[in-house]
Amino acid sequence: MKLDAMYQEIILDHYRNPHHKGLREPFDAESHHINPTCGDEVTLRVLLESAEDGKDALTVADISYDSMGCSISQASASVMTDLLIGKTVDEAMAVLEEFTALMQSKGKGEPDEGVLEDAVAFAGVSKYPARVKCALLAWMAWKDATVKSLATQKEGAV
Amino acid sequence: MTARELDVETIRADFPILARTVRDERPLVYLDSGATSQKPRQVLDAEREFYERHNAAVHRGAHQLAEEATDAYEQARATIAAFVGAPADEVVFTKNATEAINLVAYAMSNAATAGEEFARMAVGPGDEVVVTEMEHHANLVPWQELCRRTGATLRWFGVTDEGRLDLSNLDDLVNERTRIVALTHQSNVLGTVNPVRQIAERAHAVGALVLVDGAQSVPHMPVDVTELGVDFLAFSGHKMCGPNGIGVLWGRGELLRAMPPFITGGSMIGTVHMDHSTWADPPQRFEAGVPMAPQAVGLAAACDYLNAIGMDAVAAHEHALVEYALKHVGSLEGVRIVGPTDPEARGGAVSFTVDGIHPHDVGQVLDDRGVAVRVGHHCAWPLHRRYGAVATTRASFYLYNSFADVDALVEGIREAQRFFGVARS
Repeated sequence: MKLDAMYQEIILDHYRNPHHKGLREPFDAESHHINPTCGDEVTLRVLLESAEDGKDALTVADISYDSMGCSISQASASVMTDLLIGKTVDEAMAVLEEFTALMQSKGKGEPDEGVLEDAVAFAGVSKYPARVKCALLAWMAWKDATVKSLATQKEGAV
Repeated sequence: MTARELDVETIRADFPILARTVRDERPLVYLDSGATSQKPRQVLDAEREFYERHNAAVHRGAHQLAEEATDAYEQARATIAAFVGAPADEVVFTKNATEAINLVAYAMSNAATAGEEFARMAVGPGDEVVVTEMEHHANLVPWQELCRRTGATLRWFGVTDEGRLDLSNLDDLVNERTRIVALTHQSNVLGTVNPVRQIAERAHAVGALVLVDGAQSVPHMPVDVTELGVDFLAFSGHKMCGPNGIGVLWGRGELLRAMPPFITGGSMIGTVHMDHSTWADPPQRFEAGVPMAPQAVGLAAACDYLNAIGMDAVAAHEHALVEYALKHVGSLEGVRIVGPTDPEARGGAVSFTVDGIHPHDVGQVLDDRGVAVRVGHHCAWPLHRRYGAVATTRASFYLYNSFADVDALVEGIREAQRFFGVARS
């Protein structure tokens, strides 16, 4: 049955027990994204911090979120926080790119498990165009919040 | 009701798509006619026949094909007008019901600058436009925008917990400041059939106009514009077995004549000079550009098809399906019907939520079993907010649906509950 291919156990686990859910302080940027076709929404906060070596690299120190939506959008948000928290912003953006490419692959993508880890479970979702937006909702909110945060940090640095 | 019973098997044979399979050879159970209906062969044949035998740009040219195409187009207008009890010259073809509603809303704001003869339709600050909380975005956003452009005030009827229009403040809401009341005949989410006549009587008593969104009623029940007692009726061809790309605005003749155009260009003009133009009489005034003649012919064939079956019979069949669905879907544990649970004054849209399962996920499980439903807010976001639901799953019926289709829906919902582990085992 195709359903099992889409709703992998990993996805259902994250849906039932989401990680990092709930809005937290401190944070330096917030974004609110809505899927206009179904009304699902996510409010997401990011906290970026300079890496310990004090160099330019910024690290994703925290991602917190509050969301309403289907199993795919909820699980995707949860998996994303597991993946991105602790990575540098550049690394996290690369993961985003890999995940976006997988979602746009129409079921033909060959996900890099080294990069995507649990997020490879969403490969089956890419066969259903109507659900791709669900899987990407939190990721797009993260990207948006991160871009805002980076813009603020840049201003602060001037 | 004395309507004869529909022979669903014979009807289904007219719709080629209903014989196909989906998702691993599952027979298609199409429960999304509220979004768009399927088309019988008779409609497809009529459109093909037009293209193969008579195709030309209508109302242009003097060659034989142009004459035949124009005749076919105007004959289609007469057939479609008669389907709702209207004279042919009061029917304007649009892209769909959405465009028909926009046509009226834009005519009302354009009237402000169109000169004395159109002043009757103008709205401005101090005027009020009344809608309802159960409107499809197509009959809400155009009025929000009209008010924004003109400074008029938007007001609306609320809905009751049972899914009916709350008319307790009818006399307050519809008053001497009201210019137009725009409401749906049948809710695309709740299925509720509104008491249009009662509201129209109040509106006319205070000099307001009434526009009815018939996108969900004209396909499913006998509708007669005189009996409805309204001023405008909008509906879409594709929801009533007709082609996509054609909709209808019916308006009372004197009102259409008092309306400036919405879209301008070729064939809607009286005379054209370099610095100004005058307008043709309705309906041509509102049909700029080469019109959708093949689709008009297809829609007329759809009217003929529905008439041959009988709209009373269609309505009675859907009523039986809704009654059956309300009983069997509504009695599932954890399922809540959003809309009246009483089948009276209620059409064939059954929206519901399933405890613990998001509508997208319900829809996915149903789709996996070949059952096509709509999930989301069905372009009625404020209404969903009113009932505390982000989204719902909606099954909507038409003349080709059977009781077995409802059984497949019920079994699919049960499967979703099993799959997501919310059913009591």
